[in-house]
Order: sequence, then C-alpha cells, then structure tokens
Amino acid sequence: MAVKVSLKVNGKSVSAEVEERTLLVTVIRENLRLTGTHVGCDTAQCGACTVSMNGKAVKSCSILAMQAEGAEVMTIEGVAKPDGTLHPMQAAFKEHHGLQCGFCTPGMVMNAIDFAKSHPNPSEQEVREALEGNLCRCTGYHNIVKAIGAGARAMAASK
Amino acid sequence: MHAFKYHRPSSLNDAAALMKGDAKLLAGGQTLVQTMKLRLASPSDIVDLGTIKDLAGIKSDGKSVTVGAMTRHADVAHSADVNKAIPALAALAAMIGDRQVRAMGTIGGSLANNDPAADYPAAVLALNATITTNKGKHEADKFFKGMFTTALGAGEIITAVSFQVPKRAAYMKFKNPASRFAIVGVFVADFGGSVRVAVTGAGPVVFRQAEMEKALAAKFAPESVANIKVKQDGLNSDMHASAEYRAHLVTVMARRAVQAALK
Ligand SMILES: Cc1cc2nc3c(=O)[nH]c(=O)nc-3n(C[C@H](O)[C@H](O)[C@H](O)COP(=O)(O)OP(=O)(O)OC[C@H]3O[C@@H](n4cnc5c(N)ncnc54)[C@H](O)[C@@H]3O)c2cc1C
Ligand code: FES
Ligand code: FES
Repeated sequence: MAVKVSLKVNGKSVSAEVEERTLLVTVIRENLRLTGTHVGCDTAQCGACTVSMNGKAVKSCSILAMQAEGAEVMTIEGVAKPDGTLHPMQAAFKEHHGLQCGFCTPGMVMNAIDFAKSHPNPSEQEVREALEGNLCRCTGYHNIVKAIGAGARAMAASK
Repeated sequence: MHAFKYHRPSSLNDAAALMKGDAKLLAGGQTLVQTMKLRLASPSDIVDLGTIKDLAGIKSDGKSVTVGAMTRHADVAHSADVNKAIPALAALAAMIGDRQVRAMGTIGGSLANNDPAADYPAAVLALNATITTNKGKHEADKFFKGMFTTALGAGEIITAVSFQVPKRAAYMKFKNPASRFAIVGVFVADFGGSVRVAVTGAGPVVFRQAEMEKALAAKFAPESVANIKVKQDGLNSDMHASAEYRAHLVTVMARRAVQAALK
C-alpha cells in the first residue's frame, strides 16, 4: 500500500508516496534523485549509504523510510556551500587524495563530518576506529585517514 | 523484502494491542531490516517503537543503572551516568559494531534478538540485570533460553533493563574483525564477595562460568582464572574459530577482563 513520508532533506521539506517497505536510501536515490548516496552492499556492512539523520551518521540502507518521518536528513549533496565551495572535510579529501574511484567517498565524508563534531583533533587510531563501518576497495585507507584528521582540524578551525 | 503494514503507535498500550499474528516490533532496525531483506523474517505488520515516549533514557541511583529499551548503543557509550557507575557497560556499548550501527541499534533490540555473539547479553548476565517488559520482570539468569530465543512471550515488549552496580567490572571481547561481533566475549563483575562471569560468542547462548566465579570470589586476581581449562564440549565451531580455540579464548579473555577490572 502506498503511504506518505515527509522529511527534510538538505534543508528542504520533501514528501514522497512510497510502499511501507521502502528503504530510506531508495527514497533518497529514486524519489529525490540524490544519487550521491551509494548502495555498495545493501547489508549494513560497507557504509557507502551513510547519511546524516538528525545529526547522526547512519546507514540509510538499513532504515525504513517510515523511520525517517519528520527527520532532518543531510546527504553528500547538502554539505558544500550553495556557491560550490567545498565543505572542509570534502576539501581535505581532495587535498590528501583520500579517494580513488570515489564510490565509498560520500559515505566516508558523511561519517567523517559527524565523527569530527566530537573529535576536533583526532588521533590516527581514533580515525581508524571511526571507520569500522566504512569499506573502501581502492585506497588502502591511509589517505582517507589522513584526510579525516586534517578535515576534522579544519572544521574545528573554521568554527 | 515482503510487503507489510507499518504502524507508528504513540503509547506502549497501543503497541501491545497491535502485536497480533505475525506482527513484529521494530526498534533500531539494524538487525530486523536486514533479516526482512533476506526474507528470513516476513512479518505481516511492523510496529515501530521509535515514536513512543519514555522508552529511551538512562537513570542511575547508585545501586543500579536503568536503561530504557529504545536507548541507542551510542547513548549508553557516551552517558556520563553509565561511565561513572559502570564504566565496563559504557565500554561494551562502545565496542558494538560500528558508529553508524551504534547510532541506531538499541539495547531492547539486541536483547530480544539474543544473537549468540552479541555483547549486551554478557553484561546483562554478569551484572545480574532485571529485564522489565509490559508484562512483568525477567531475571537475567532465566532470560536467555537458547540461540536467538529468550523468555519473552509472544508480543511481549521490553521496556527497560536495570543493571546492578558492581564494585568493579570489565568486558573483554575477541572480535570478529569483519563483523565486530564477539568470537568470544567475557564480562567479569565483582560484587564484593560474589563474582559473576558471563561468556558470549563461545556457545549457542550466553552462559556463566561457575568455576571461574568460584575462583574469583576466593581471590579476585588474574592468576585465579589463568589456569582454568574450559571444556570445548558444546561450544561453537565455525569458519571463524574452532570449539577448541574458543574454549582457550574464554580463559584468555577472562584473565584479561580481571586484569582490566583491577586497573
Ligand atoms: C554491521 C553490524 C555490526 C554489528 N555488530 C554488533 C556487535 O559487534 N555486537 C553486537 O552485540 N551487536 C552487533 N550488531 C547488532 C546490533 O547491535 C543491533 O542493533 C541489535 O542486535 C538489534 O537492535 P535494533 O535496535 O537494531 O533492533 P531491531 O533490528 O529493530 O530488532 C531486533 C529484534 O528485536 C525485536 N525487538 C526490538 N525491540 C524490542 C523490544 N523493546 N521488546 C521486544 N522485542 C524487541 C524485534 O522485533 C526484532 O526481532 C551489529 C549490527 C550490524 C548491522
Ligand atoms: S549499502 Fe548500506 S552499508 Fe553498504
Ligand atoms: S575510493 Fe574506490 S571504494 Fe573507496
């Protein structure tokens, strides 16, 4: 049966007619056409689908759209400034070459932004622990870890 | 995922009234949504506990710490009350899965699911917790019945879990590096005179290790458990670890937990 779900995505109020079993990631990608949020595994393992929901990084492939009713969701499309200026975390990924194919990157960035809010100057160990839920098949993680440390410090400095 | 009817009750009574036939409760969904995708569960109705007030939150009164069923793992890990009263419990919550899973997953969902490798069952059993539901109370010793089975009746809803505050405690987990679930996890709690040791991941369901409890009650020190040989009979054997290896790990994790508790 079709039901209505209403939420805020990247600051805009949106609603969609969905089946009750629809996942949050499906609403984001298919109804809202925000295809920066990726589906890597669809089994809660890889973190490519990570978005921010009410300020916390979550895996949108493991949440029903109905669970996000009334929530404030931010996707990778919402983190840069409207004029295109990159978010400090995005800029750090670019600067430190924190990506190769880029498939995992939106999820990495969304998780990193949330992590950096409570870790303004993280150690390498803390960053690696924070990445337990994000898999990358390309980089070997070293530059992602560097990027997140630098991005976190840049976020703290720009406050 | 098969189709279902979705409900968003606003009270515990409304939720209970909806638990008919093949209805299933939804907490964080970190287990259930995947189970439904695999069609290992195909409920007719989903009853979402997410919007019921008062099911989430933490209270501490010195003797016990009470955690609401819908409290997320991350909130237990970061709670000042839990970190003060039972730091081992906060540390355990911080070890569950990854930070995205911890932002959604709940204690009620974890206990109702009773995965043989889950972490919370070890804390509940070692800290002699009481599980409160909409129907009554369950003692920890009688709650975990077997692999993925508990003492919960059909449609029964966990509302809160009360942990007894120990003198000292620690949890040590040898984790599966891919899933972060416990290959073996041991929670040791010293109540001053009596000691409880709970083991998760090793067997089909969390269990207490009586020989270690006795040895630690006599002397709470790592060497009290270091030479206890755990029998491998009935322990899990799978692609991750043999029963023999798990039996060995129980002793190693117990010794390290005692060491950590003494710090
Ligand atoms: C990648 C990943 C890694 C993980 N790693 C770990 C780990 O290392 N250690 C660990 O312990 N767990 C781990 N988990 C499991 C995680 O902790 C789950 O969150 C938890 O097992 C289920 O909680 P939930 O709130 O998501 O419940 P749900 O998935 O919503 O529900 C689980 C079950 O419990 C029932 N239920 C939910 N709430 C109640 C209630 N209040 N009363 C009665 N029944 C209820 C539901 O009907 C369902 O059958 C991991 C999960 C993932 C996806
Ligand atoms: S697609 Fe969601 S965790 Fe992999
Ligand atoms: S850059 Fe290719 S998966 Fe991470």
